[in-house]
Amino acid sequence: MTGAIFDIVLCLLILAVALAAILGRDLFGSVVFFIVYGLLVALAWTRLGAVDVALAEAAIGAGLTGVLLVGAVARLRRGGVVEPTPPRPLARGAQMGICVLAAGLVGAAIAGLDPDAAGLTATVAQNLEASGVGNPVTAVLLNFRGYDTLLETVVLLVVLIGVWSLAEDRYWGGRPGLRQHAKPGGVLATYGRFLPPLGLLAGVYVVWAGTDQPGGAFQGGTILAAVWLLVAMAGLVDAPPVTARRLRLTIVAGPALFLAVAVAGIFMGGFLHLPPEHAKQLIQTIEAGLALSIAATLALLVAGPPQRGAR
Amino acid sequence: MILPALAPALSVAVPLAAAFLAVVAPRPRLLVGVTVPAMLAVMALAVLGVRQGGPLVLAVGGWEPPLGIALVADGLSTAFLVATALTIGTVLVVALPQFPIRQNETRAGWAFWPLAFLLWAALNAVFLSGDLFNIYVAIEFVTLATLALVALEGKAKQVEAAMRYAMFALFGSLAYLLGVALLYAAHGTLDIGLLAQLPAQDTASLVAAGLITAGLAAKTALFPFHAWLPPAHAGAPAPASAMLSALVPKASFYVLLRFWFDAMPEAAGAIALQLLGALGATAIVYGSILAVRQNRLKQLVAYSTVAQIGYLFLVFPLAGGSAEPQPWTAGAWTGSVFHAVSHAFAKAAMFLAVGHAVLAAGHDRMSAMDGLTRRMPMTAFALGVSAVTLMGLPPSGGFTAKFLLLTAAFASGQVLWAAIIVLGGVLAAAYLFRPLARAFLPDRGRYGTVPRAQQALPLALAMLSVVLGIVSAAPYDFLQTGRPAAAEEGLE
Amino acid sequence: MTGLDTATLFAWCGAGLIGIGLYGFLANRHMLRRLVAFNVVGSGIFLVFGASGARRADLGPDPVPQALIITGIVVALATTALLVALVIRYADLAGRATLPEDEPGDDGKE
Repeated sequence: MTGAIFDIVLCLLILAVALAAILGRDLFGSVVFFIVYGLLVALAWTRLGAVDVALAEAAIGAGLTGVLLVGAVARLRRGGVVEPTPPRPLARGAQMGICVLAAGLVGAAIAGLDPDAAGLTATVAQNLEASGVGNPVTAVLLNFRGYDTLLETVVLLVVLIGVWSLAEDRYWGGRPGLRQHAKPGGVLATYGRFLPPLGLLAGVYVVWAGTDQPGGAFQGGTILAAVWLLVAMAGLVDAPPVTARRLRLTIVAGPALFLAVAVAGIFMGGFLHLPPEHAKQLIQTIEAGLALSIAATLALLVAGPPQRGAR
Repeated sequence: MILPALAPALSVAVPLAAAFLAVVAPRPRLLVGVTVPAMLAVMALAVLGVRQGGPLVLAVGGWEPPLGIALVADGLSTAFLVATALTIGTVLVVALPQFPIRQNETRAGWAFWPLAFLLWAALNAVFLSGDLFNIYVAIEFVTLATLALVALEGKAKQVEAAMRYAMFALFGSLAYLLGVALLYAAHGTLDIGLLAQLPAQDTASLVAAGLITAGLAAKTALFPFHAWLPPAHAGAPAPASAMLSALVPKASFYVLLRFWFDAMPEAAGAIALQLLGALGATAIVYGSILAVRQNRLKQLVAYSTVAQIGYLFLVFPLAGGSAEPQPWTAGAWTGSVFHAVSHAFAKAAMFLAVGHAVLAAGHDRMSAMDGLTRRMPMTAFALGVSAVTLMGLPPSGGFTAKFLLLTAAFASGQVLWAAIIVLGGVLAAAYLFRPLARAFLPDRGRYGTVPRAQQALPLALAMLSVVLGIVSAAPYDFLQTGRPAAAEEGLE
Repeated sequence: MTGLDTATLFAWCGAGLIGIGLYGFLANRHMLRRLVAFNVVGSGIFLVFGASGARRADLGPDPVPQALIITGIVVALATTALLVALVIRYADLAGRATLPEDEPGDDGKE
């Protein structure tokens, strides 16, 4: 019973914070509400028993998306970009009508679903042993539907190329993002030295644990990216220039390794076929490669296109 | 067992590998020189495989649906793969001198190559996928690569065009994704082949079908979701425009075709089908009228795409719907695919040729056409030939397409659609007349030129769209391999 | 799906979020606000998807929607990252973060 009350309160809170993020007058406030919203949604995922999703939502949905949006708001403020006026009340009423209708339609669709449908839970469980991993979500992500994941890692690559190609021509060959300055001996610099070993450990653990417990390359890669960003903000490290060969190798290594395993599979039974006796090692290898490339790509996405000369 | 299964996997893997190499070791000449012939060989393998072995369903990783993802190589998907290979293959060769990598790597000179190869891989992934969620990932992949190419010139105008496109694309992705989520919730599978065997009259399925259709229509730039297309396609560099206008809207249309004819043929209500047809018809008329009003060459060609996309949607009232196949459905279905493919060749040829005219003139106003027949006869001829396909004149592939659609319209008693098809041809002649007529005028001022070998490539692509009309019997038969039951029976 | 079990409750919550996010998408012209709205709609869809996969409390949540949602979250992040970069570049070039509302394309005066 307390569980049910908790869930109801949580749902109401999620809806209220979402409204605050959408309607908030101050853009920065809206983004902060959005981050809180993401954390509440992550909590909802744990209530539904989906811990992997909760981790992904907290790290990626709330964390990284939030960092990207906060950074963008700061950039626009520095550029003096003003906010437009809200629409007229009449348009507002019509828009609200459309939205209530949309939510109602989705609600009607939900209400019409068969309450006993079991989905593919049982099918996944039956094939879990042959997948090589103990975590059913990882089994789906890297084996049963590994092809989705292969394409998804390439989606990150395409976006990084897209972000970089938005650089000014004169900065091509420069390092990504702006130069970071932190006071030597300040809080950031201290954390920058103190946290990385712990963060590195946590990130590697989440990747490694993902085969049998909640976690995986995406969640772990995000933690690693966050560690790097923190150290970079402390001014202790800097990204290599966008033209650096080693940087480019790092971002394609994971997807290229995954693709190589997929193509090699053709000669061992089919495209992306992972022989059950080697599946675990193969998945761990792919995840290690992916985590490296994902961490680098995510950190570079947050840093943005090069905004300073090559030097 | 290995050989036929090789073609679908390599169709995605080869351009992906080329893209990875283009990121790390940017050597476009070498990469294009190896990748394009390799892909043409893969295409030959795919065509042979389908012709001899029939439609091929490949369970990725050996996991059969609903647990795994199936790749489907039948007549339809192979036709789109081959059209994509021929189009992008030509575009990449034309792009070589325009995106060179010299001693000092430049931003666009580097970024174009991985983006082009990634777009190729993404399109092939869409055409081969038999799983609605996998299609979501692949379509997003297409959209994001496209967005980057639209903004590649990097000026305010192009960045604005990219953002406008993104607004429609984001709406489209969300609608599609919600539809996919509801379908899984209702049926426990996202495999197109399995969904086809299930009843689809429950609320969730119908809401899902509406969402998926609206989402894909927004991505295809169907009227009234068309406003993003002209600035996006006209603002990109010409080789990118060629790929974007010829192929990218076809990817989302292809998914619509798969969805309505393969996955859920029973869910199609008569009103929905007529509505899609009406939007297509409006796109033909409205897009053509806007094209007539353009004064910039690339804008004109881009508005022509808005109009030409309209024809594709006539397939829904002409071939969709009823559970029992009618005698005209095969003709209409095949006609729309013919239109998609011949428009791909003609539009890519037109964008590349216009790109050359613009390159020679240094601007893309109408006067860039002046004297083109004498200055650059091959480019002028390429424009003329591709115009023949866009107008639907014999003996082009565009003519075959319209002939098939017209026959179906008369056979099914839907004369209104026939009138629109004829009107569309006349309007196409109207908007293409002005630039083509100027090609015969004397030229004033100074013009540069483009090497003849470069000029020959768009011409070859334009000729391809005509060849498709001359030897239409073989591709017609090929398309019927694995044709969905809902488009069965032919007009014999 | 009827009754008020956890799964149904969160599925309804997801439907509500889709409505709220859609409003944000329609009512705001500022691109960053639209991005926030896009992400709210996205997570609403994921909640509908994931909650409907958790209908059978006896079996635990269906791993397939969970995996698809994780993929979806990453794709949404990728999209957001590219859009943020576009908005910042546009603001640098044009001095605003909204799209002009005029019908595009008719500006080709000779």
